[in-house]
Order: sequence, then C-alpha cells, then structure tokens
Amino acid sequence: MNIIVCIKQVPDTTDVRIDPVTNTLIREGVKSVINPFDAYAIEEAVRLKERCGGKVTALTMGPPQAEAALKEAIGLGCDEGVLVSDRKFAGSDTWATSYTLACAIEKLEGYDVILCGKQASDGDTAQVGPGISTHLDIPQVTYVKRIAEITDKLAKVERMTEEGYDVVEIPLPCLFTVVKEINTPRMPSLKGMMRAKSAKIARWTAEDLDADPAALGLDGSPTRVVKIFTPEARKGGEMISGSCDEVAKELAELLKGEVV
Amino acid sequence: MDYLLTEQQTMIRDLARKIAQEKIKPVAAQYDESEEFAWPIMKVLAESDLFGVYIPEAYGGLGGGIMDMCLVTEELSRACGGIALGYAGTGLGTLPILLHGSEEQKKKYLPDIARGKRLAAFCLTEAEAGSDAANMKTTARKEGDKYILNGTKQWITNAGEAEIYTVIALTDKAKGVRGASAFIVEKGTKGMEFGKKEKKMGIRASATREVIFTDCEVPAANLISREGMGFIVALKTLDTSRPGVAAQAVGIAQGALDHAVDYSRTRVQFGQPISSFQAVQHMLADMGTQVEAARALAYSVARMVDAGVKSVSKESAMAKLFASDVAMKVAVDAVQILGGYGYMRDYPVEKFMRDAKITQIYEGTNQIQRNVVAAHMIKETLKK
Amino acid sequence: MASIKVHLEKCTGCTLCVKACAFGAIHMADRKAVIDMAKCTLCGACVAACKFSAIEIEKAGGPKKDLAAYKDVWVFCEQKKGVIQSISFELLGEGRKLADKLGVKLCAVLLGHGLEDAAHSLGARGADKVYLVDHPALKAYQDDPYTAVLVALVEEFKPEVLLCGATTIGRSLISRVAIKTNAGLTADCTGLDVDIKERLLLQTRPAFGGNIMATIIAPNHRPQMATVRHKVMQEAPVQPGRLAEIVSKVYPEATYASRTKLLDTVEELSATVNISEADIIVAGGRGMGSKENFALLEELAKVLGGAVGASRSAVDADWIGYSHQVGQTGKTVVPKLYIACGISGQIQHLIGMQSSRTIVAINKDPDAPIFKVATYGIVGDVNEIVPAMIKEFKRALNK
Repeated sequence: MNIIVCIKQVPDTTDVRIDPVTNTLIREGVKSVINPFDAYAIEEAVRLKERCGGKVTALTMGPPQAEAALKEAIGLGCDEGVLVSDRKFAGSDTWATSYTLACAIEKLEGYDVILCGKQASDGDTAQVGPGISTHLDIPQVTYVKRIAEITDKLAKVERMTEEGYDVVEIPLPCLFTVVKEINTPRMPSLKGMMRAKSAKIARWTAEDLDADPAALGLDGSPTRVVKIFTPEARKGGEMISGSCDEVAKELAELLKGEVV
Repeated sequence: MDYLLTEQQTMIRDLARKIAQEKIKPVAAQYDESEEFAWPIMKVLAESDLFGVYIPEAYGGLGGGIMDMCLVTEELSRACGGIALGYAGTGLGTLPILLHGSEEQKKKYLPDIARGKRLAAFCLTEAEAGSDAANMKTTARKEGDKYILNGTKQWITNAGEAEIYTVIALTDKAKGVRGASAFIVEKGTKGMEFGKKEKKMGIRASATREVIFTDCEVPAANLISREGMGFIVALKTLDTSRPGVAAQAVGIAQGALDHAVDYSRTRVQFGQPISSFQAVQHMLADMGTQVEAARALAYSVARMVDAGVKSVSKESAMAKLFASDVAMKVAVDAVQILGGYGYMRDYPVEKFMRDAKITQIYEGTNQIQRNVVAAHMIKETLKK
Repeated sequence: MASIKVHLEKCTGCTLCVKACAFGAIHMADRKAVIDMAKCTLCGACVAACKFSAIEIEKAGGPKKDLAAYKDVWVFCEQKKGVIQSISFELLGEGRKLADKLGVKLCAVLLGHGLEDAAHSLGARGADKVYLVDHPALKAYQDDPYTAVLVALVEEFKPEVLLCGATTIGRSLISRVAIKTNAGLTADCTGLDVDIKERLLLQTRPAFGGNIMATIIAPNHRPQMATVRHKVMQEAPVQPGRLAEIVSKVYPEATYASRTKLLDTVEELSATVNISEADIIVAGGRGMGSKENFALLEELAKVLGGAVGASRSAVDADWIGYSHQVGQTGKTVVPKLYIACGISGQIQHLIGMQSSRTIVAINKDPDAPIFKVATYGIVGDVNEIVPAMIKEFKRALNK
C-alpha cells in the first residue's frame, strides 16, 4: 500500500511570545516544529504500513529548512521524504497550496491513501486536505478518528462530528484528514533518527511538477491579505476575594446577565 | 558543562530527555503512589531503541557503550529514579551476558533485550549475603546436562517483570567464592517463583521481590563462562555497572535541583523571589557545583570502561560513592529550599529525597565502596 | 511569477513593515527596508502596513472571470436530521447586513430531503430567496453529492458572496467547492464587511492562534467564500410572516452520486452538550486534582445549563473525553461565559477560549496566566469554591 502523509512545518506555539510594547509576535528564536495535528497523521500512516505493508512517503511544501520536518517524519517511521520548494510557490494560499501538493502527489508513483492533519496550527484553515482531494478528484473523509477496517480497495472509518461520529465506507484511493483522537503518536526511535540523518530528501521545484505556472504561488492564489493588525489584548479584570461563600455570592450577582 | 558527546550520544541524550519530560514526568507521582511497575513507559523506551544503546550492532543494538547507557539512565532518573530503574536494572542483568556470555548466549538473548522485548534482572544478594556476598547459600548442582538451583535471592530489582535473570549460585560449596557460577534463568522455568513485592521508602515504581529457586532445572547451556567463574562475573558486572548507579544518582540530584531553582525563582517572600537571597543562592551554587562534579566523575569512569581500561574497580567505586552522596545531599537541600512545601507530597522534591537514599545503599553500600577505594590506594602505594 | 519590491525613493525607514512582518523577513539597511526573499511568503502584511506605498507586490495575470455577472449574498444553511442548525441563523443575520450594504438579495441554500417547511421558515430569518435541492441522497451530509450540487448552483446562479459555517460539515464542503469553482476562500472569519465601491468582501480572521488578525480579500475571483466561526455573529431575528421565494432545483441523478457510503451516525452521550454550541462552559484543568473532583464541574455545568470543557492535561489524565478539550489541539469555543477551574492558562489553552465574552478564572496560583485574560479572577482552592458556587447558583436560579 502506498501511503502519503502531507505535513507542514509551523512555529512552535509553546514558544510564541508577544512583545508587550509593540503587541506583536516575537518570532526570533521560535523553533519550527511539525504541525501538531500532522503528528497524528504521520503516526496513522506508519500504523497503516505496519498493518497492511507498503511504504510511507512524507510530503511537504515549504522553504528549504522544511527538510528538517521531513527528516523528523522519517525518524518517526516514514520511509521517504519529498520537499516541494521554490520561490515560485511563495504567497500560496490554500487553493494554490493544495494544487501544488496535488501536482506533487501525481508525480509520485501511485498512491492508495493520503493522510493529512485536520488543520495546521498556524493557519487553522482545514482547507488544504479537502483541496488536495478535490484537485486529485478522489473521495475523502475529514476528521477521521478511527480507521476501523481497511483493505486494498475499501476502508471503513469513523468521522468525528459535533454530536458523536459517523461511520463511513470509502473506496481507495482516498484522502483522510485525522483528529487527535485517532492515536497517540510514538516517540521517535534512535534507529529511525539515524536513518533520517542519512536519508536523502527529494527536492522538487515548480519545473519538476506538471503544473500550470499561473496556478502557483501568489498568482494562483485567489485570496490576498490586505491588512494585518493586533487585536486589542484582553485585559485582566477584577479579582474577587473573600470566603468561599462570599465569593460565590458575589459571582452569582456579577454573572446575572450571563446566567439565566 | 560540555562533555563533548558524539553526535549519536547527543541524539540519545536528547531523546531520553524528551521521553523523560513528556512521558515520565507527568506520571512519576502517580507511579510512586501506586507502586506499580511502569510498563507503558518501558514500551516507549523499547520503541525508541533506548534499550539497545549499549548493545553491539551485531546483536541488534546501536553499538554504544556504558557512557550511552549512563546518559539514558541519568535523563530518565531526572524525571523518576524508580521508573529509570526498570531500564538500569535491565542493564545490570544484561552485563554478565554481554561481558562473559558465549556467542550462542549473546545471539539468543541480546537482540530481545536490545529491542526492549524482554527485560533483565541480576540476582546476587541474599538475606545473609549483602555486603558479604561470599556468604551466599544458593546452590546449583549439576545433574546430566542440567543444573538444579536451590535458594532464595533477595531484593531483586525487576523481579517478576523481567524475563531474563542472571543468577549467581554456588556449584561447589567447598571452594567458597571460587565455587560460584553464573547462570541465565528464564522466567517461567519450573521451580522459579517470586516472593511478595517489597514496600519501599523510594524508587517505588520499581519492582523489588525475592526470586525463589526450588529444584529449578536450568539447561547446562545457560552456564555463563565456566564453573567457578561466578564471582568474577559478578564483580566485573558490578565494576562496569557502577557508573550507571552514579548516573542514576546524578539524574536524581539534577531533577531535585531543577525543582529547587524553579521554585526559588517563583516563590516570593518579603516582597521578592527567594532566589534573590544570598542564603538561597549559595545553597543553589553548592548544589549545582556538586552535581556537575559528580557528573564529570561518572562520565569519566564510563568512558574508561568503554575505552577498555582493565581495572576500573577503584574509579567506579569512587563515582558511585561520590554521586550517590551528592544525590542525597542535593535532594535534602532541595527539600530545604522548598521549605514546608518541600515536605508535602503535593510537591515532587520529597520523592527525590526518598529515591536518592537507595543509591547510597545498593550495588554495594558506600561503606563497602570506601573499603574498595582505600584498599586500592594502599595497594598502589605498596607497589611503588 | 509574482514579485515584491521596495520603492526606495518612497521608503522613509519608519520600520512599520518590520513590525508587521510575521516571518521576520524584513530588516533595515541604511534606513531603507530590505526584504529577505528566503523568508518572505508574499503574504502582503508589509504592503498593508506601509503608510507611504513604498512596498509593492506585483501579481501576474488579470481577472479571470466576468465579475459583474456575480451577484447576491448566499448562505449555506446546514441541516442535520432535517433541523436547520443555529449557525445558519447567525450567517443569515450577518448575510442580511452584507446584502443590504451591497444592495442585493440574501439567498439561503438548503440541501436535504423533505425540507419544504424548513425552506419556508428561512424567509422569517431574513432570506429573500431559498435555493432548495431536495433529494433522498442529500438527507445526511456526504462530501460528493453536496459538493456537486452546490457547485452546480454556484455555476448557474453566480452569487458574489457565499458564507458557510466553520463546522465539521462546512469546512469539508466549502473547501471542495472553492477548488471546483476556482474561488477564494477564507476560513474561520470572526468579522465580515464589504468595500462597496469595489464590491469586495472584507474577511477578518485570527491568525497565529488569535495573536494577530488578518483582513483578507479575493479581488479577482467570485464567489467570495468565507466560513464563519460559530457564536461570533448575532442570530437573525425571527420576523413572523416574512416570506422568501423558493427556487427548487432538480439535477440529473448522476449529480447525487457518492463514492463514500454513510453506514451509521452515532451520537455519543458525553457529547450531548456540544461545547462549540454551548453558551456557558465550565472547564477544568490539572488543578482539579482528580477524576472525582472533576465530576463537580459537571454538577456546576448542570446547574448553569452549560457544558463541560477541559484543558489538555485533564483530558490526558483521562478525567474526561477528548471531545471536551478546549485549546489548540482541541476545540475553539466562544461561549458567553467561560468558567476556568484549576486551569493555569497555557497559551495553547488560551488560544481556544480567549474570545469568550466573560471569563471567570479560579486558581490557587495568583500568578497563573489565566488571570491575565479573566474578567473575574478568584485565587483559591477550586474544590472549595466550586461547591459553594453550586450551592449559590442553585439558590439564585431556584433549582
């Protein structure tokens, strides 16, 4: 089974600090990590390989330094890594990103399952996974919390909903976006890390892809940012003190409007 | 301090640290309370290949040495000295095979140990044979192609959980220590049983039980080295493993120190963090210096072992003795810095203090270590 | 290929662009802005920040579509088991304002089966027109038929704006429709407005977990699509008797084909009170101490008629299921009232709840970061204060 896992390198939010004076993000010294949701996709890809045999290819689009994310993915059990990187991809929104990744996937030798995290922690759009499946014209299930059954041809999965979950049957090849509940990612292994160290990451530019140049990067992106601003920081409010009963009474009074 | 680790050692240390911080630290208090053996953590260590760092590549390991084992033990102990012992105890049980086992024995047992599929344990101590190991009573009688083991080993780390036991027993009582031999006994062998789990002061997540042999039949092929080599196997094993105990002690000390530093920066008294008071600063400085000195000694000895230096008895005794005394002192001081909070079980430092104590006792009490060190020193002057 | 350049004659060296760049790609050399192309993602933040029009991004290609052919504001109305979800009313409320500003009709799109009455009810929520596609295959949401039908509607009737809830269904569906119709899509908007002259939808959304807000447009593509977070917009009021024109569409059977098959829909008891829907959330963290103590929160939530939320550490400790987790790897919630009990307030948690209208925080550590976002803060033991609150609110609410 050929499994592809699409990942993204994002700034580590545990590191994110706000400059108290300018109220902007301090990005200096912020580590880059694999998008937390993609860690579940990587783990599920590796588990699928352990379950059905085959090969896992990790794929990312990003700057040259995103290679580190692919190496980490290999350390976690992926077999190969492909970095799609070119200045021509700069300014891609989710439309152009999913188009570029779909073109890269078509260049790989076949695929049965594509896995993505449900969204990235820096953009939070949840659009790239469905975008890829649409460009490739394959079926998808989003928010997958369990792959109950899977063969070469068919999978039965559980898709998380607001109220519970749906059980969905889907033919392969297909795309899944996965939620945290699907697994507990393993720690990297030393042997995997050593394999990663010497692993050669394929690097593809726009020219390597069979892509329409007008659909790449900023040119291929329908959306554009016109303004970026810092929201007014929420101010800490009033502290209430007193005995438990006094505090509870005061709260009941203060929250009259909210609690009906 | 920069110990000029190799790239592989840095990778090993960082991974062990990540596992300790992300997987062990959040559950350390819970396992201390429940006194259960932390199998889920052992599984993580196994999947990460950490059990194989000191096992040759030919047997499925990563080809490192005692230094690599020490790095892992230290990092794990920094989060929980008890859980770390599941790892370190396996190392101790593996060393007799690694150092003196036959090719067949190595091929049979080391790959499973390297993969973390099976844990190991070392069985030497008995009720009447602690510091005076020569006073052991467990016997192994040869009958055809088997040895029949009888006797009770006491306070065996990993007992009941491990699957591979290296056991020292007398094959010839008349010869005293020269009549001891080492055996590999697999869990499930008929005639092998485990006593009740001991209730301990610290390292409570580790399993400590009796291993009882009653006409336990062990294939002759499981004899390590030759008959009569048992004591040499045991002493060599302990000389090699002592830097590991030192590393455990360094880890416990560092863990306690980490908490003390964090606490001193956030605890406000008299309107300022207590870290701004010189009384506290000097304590922290001493603690930090002692931990670093202990680490430097432990690493030096580990590297001596890995370099193949013939006799490391004196140095490994020094490392174990010094590091464990440091661990005890630093843990006590950490409790002192946290004051009343330090004494409460809601805060983690009292556990470090309880865990630290054992490192002064097991694998040769610090009194015995001093005997060893002094004996070597005197012998060395006689040679001059 | 698109490019970015600094017009040196206009650059005053004011450094506004340096501060605006979220990627650290701009620095000053000789009091002029210099862009590090290796870091620049052409996001446009600096262009927007520059007061002197000194930075310009050039983009190849012009408009691809006849933009004037597109009109009206559409709202995709989500239904489950034939019941229109409240997010749809919020979108109609917001859509009404946008349609009025643009001087166009507000249209609802309703896909499902046996929804005649439901479609009529949308008039009372402000819709001028309802596009109804009624077919057994659309009874419950499935990606393929929903995408095919919505794409067909968009291509035939050409809306200039299409809004959709940022829900599980909405986010899956609209992403596919945007690709098929070559439209711009902005996720999780918290604010919408229009530039009447250019007829542009100004879509404002949080980025980097709400630390930065970005306003996004899709100048050359139609429809302009956006998903909107739940609980952010006001629900459209009910205007009894107001009617909408119903446009029923029927498509060839092939349009309703689905490659996936929905075998079962399971509703889980613990998720009956859905935290993304709840107006009141009582949430607990590691400070609750134990599973037993955590149960106290359920009692308080019950008294207040709210739902129970949790921090990641509480979920990891197995005190409550993952569907209750608030924060970066859980859900983003915007209730009217969020009561954080024994939650220290790590940034990953704050990201998921800091837009709540009123936040009450209870924690024994006076320096806990949660107090920095709390409307009301209480330093104390949750396990003493929560029972007192249960008692007090029971009395106040006559329960």
